[in-house]
Amino acid sequence: MIATAKMIQRVVLYEAVGAKRLDPSLRHDLMRVLLRGGYSVSRVLAGDRLVPLGHSSLIVLGQFEGELPEKLADDNGSVQVLVRDISGMEPPAIATLVQELASETGEGTAAGWKPWFPVIDYDRCTNCMQCLSFCLFDVYGVTNDGKITVQNQTNCKTDCPACSRVCPEVAILFPKYKAGPINGDEVNADDIRREAMKVDISALLGGDIYSMLRDRSAKAKSRFSKERDDERALKERQRCLKKLQESAGMMDIPGEVLSSLPSLDQIQEKAVQAKQRAADAIELRDRQAGRNQSNAHPGS
Amino acid sequence: MSQENQSQPPLLYCNCSYAKVVPEDVKQEVLRQLSESGRSFEAVADLCEMSAKRDPALIELLKQPRLRIAACYPRAVKWLCSAAGAPAPDDAQVVNMRILPADDVMQNLMSNESGEEST
Ligand code: SF4
Ligand code: SF4
Repeated sequence: MIATAKMIQRVVLYEAVGAKRLDPSLRHDLMRVLLRGGYSVSRVLAGDRLVPLGHSSLIVLGQFEGELPEKLADDNGSVQVLVRDISGMEPPAIATLVQELASETGEGTAAGWKPWFPVIDYDRCTNCMQCLSFCLFDVYGVTNDGKITVQNQTNCKTDCPACSRVCPEVAILFPKYKAGPINGDEVNADDIRREAMKVDISALLGGDIYSMLRDRSAKAKSRFSKERDDERALKERQRCLKKLQESAGMMDIPGEVLSSLPSLDQIQEKAVQAKQRAADAIELRDRQAGRNQSNAHPGS
Repeated sequence: MSQENQSQPPLLYCNCSYAKVVPEDVKQEVLRQLSESGRSFEAVADLCEMSAKRDPALIELLKQPRLRIAACYPRAVKWLCSAAGAPAPDDAQVVNMRILPADDVMQNLMSNESGEEST
């Protein structure tokens, strides 16, 4: 997950006791402008209960008729409440006011980045670890109880849905992807057939990397191995990139991702590490399954 | 967060701020109609980002019974919430702004019946 010290600033449009109802078009404009600014916005009407969402501060805006509400329902005093009268103000001025208040509270806003990361549909996932061994960027990890998880979302390459293609169960979603079923649309039989043509990272990167590595260690015994390996590595890298580019249409891998791929040596190293992590995870998973079974049938 | 009338389900609107996957006209029209309705509601800039950050507010929002969420595909929202450690309750209903016209989205959000997920 992404570590965050700050919650997103919550702005309350207060239209309850002691305040006028906002003009509907002002309310809509405010909603738009505040959401665009990355805030969360709550509209409160008379009779509402303000459910605390865990924020340490609230910005409360309203067109107040009498005294400003000092306290809001359910607020036990631990929440810093900044109340401002916005009578006669236009949305841009209100947005500036909110910005100033938010810098006072120290709460954050949505970051303005496109959140792009895989989400696992555990109703479909069989915990096979293919995604873990595929991803070169350590996006996937394994929980203590041996379950595949997405642990480094920000390592994921924006707009690249490649790992969803390796999942044999169509269990990897990118909610912001353009097409189904990767975007979360229902999975149909055709999708399953298509995804059954799994893409193998080693094939994708120009041949079987693992056997190439085995090859290399055998060749290392040869006195000519150094030059031969260098020459071969260069050729192999060229072949890999060409192949990857050709496959990119099918995989929908963006050009920037292709051009920022690590060198072949780094890829090889990563692939070996990822494969090892997947192997460890499978071992852990199987141990866990064995333990569960013996707990379910003690003495058998 | 809150509701004017306890018999009405609470509403959550996702503005999907950082991608163009929800048609802009649908998103804006739903927000306009919600803003002009007599209902209170919660609006967030981007549920995906809240999920990635495991924002505690998302966890609290999802604790509300009979929540209606205007966002995208129900399967995506379900697993985004789960990834944030905030599994959506069984009675939550996700209304899909990626495929439904704004009026249908509003109808689903505003109806008082407990319904199936709207895809
Ligand atoms: S490849 Fe798919 S089924 Fe296998 S562990 Fe990853 S998400 Fe689950
Ligand atoms: S949950 Fe769906 S609608 Fe909301 S930000 Fe994510 S992709 Fe967009």
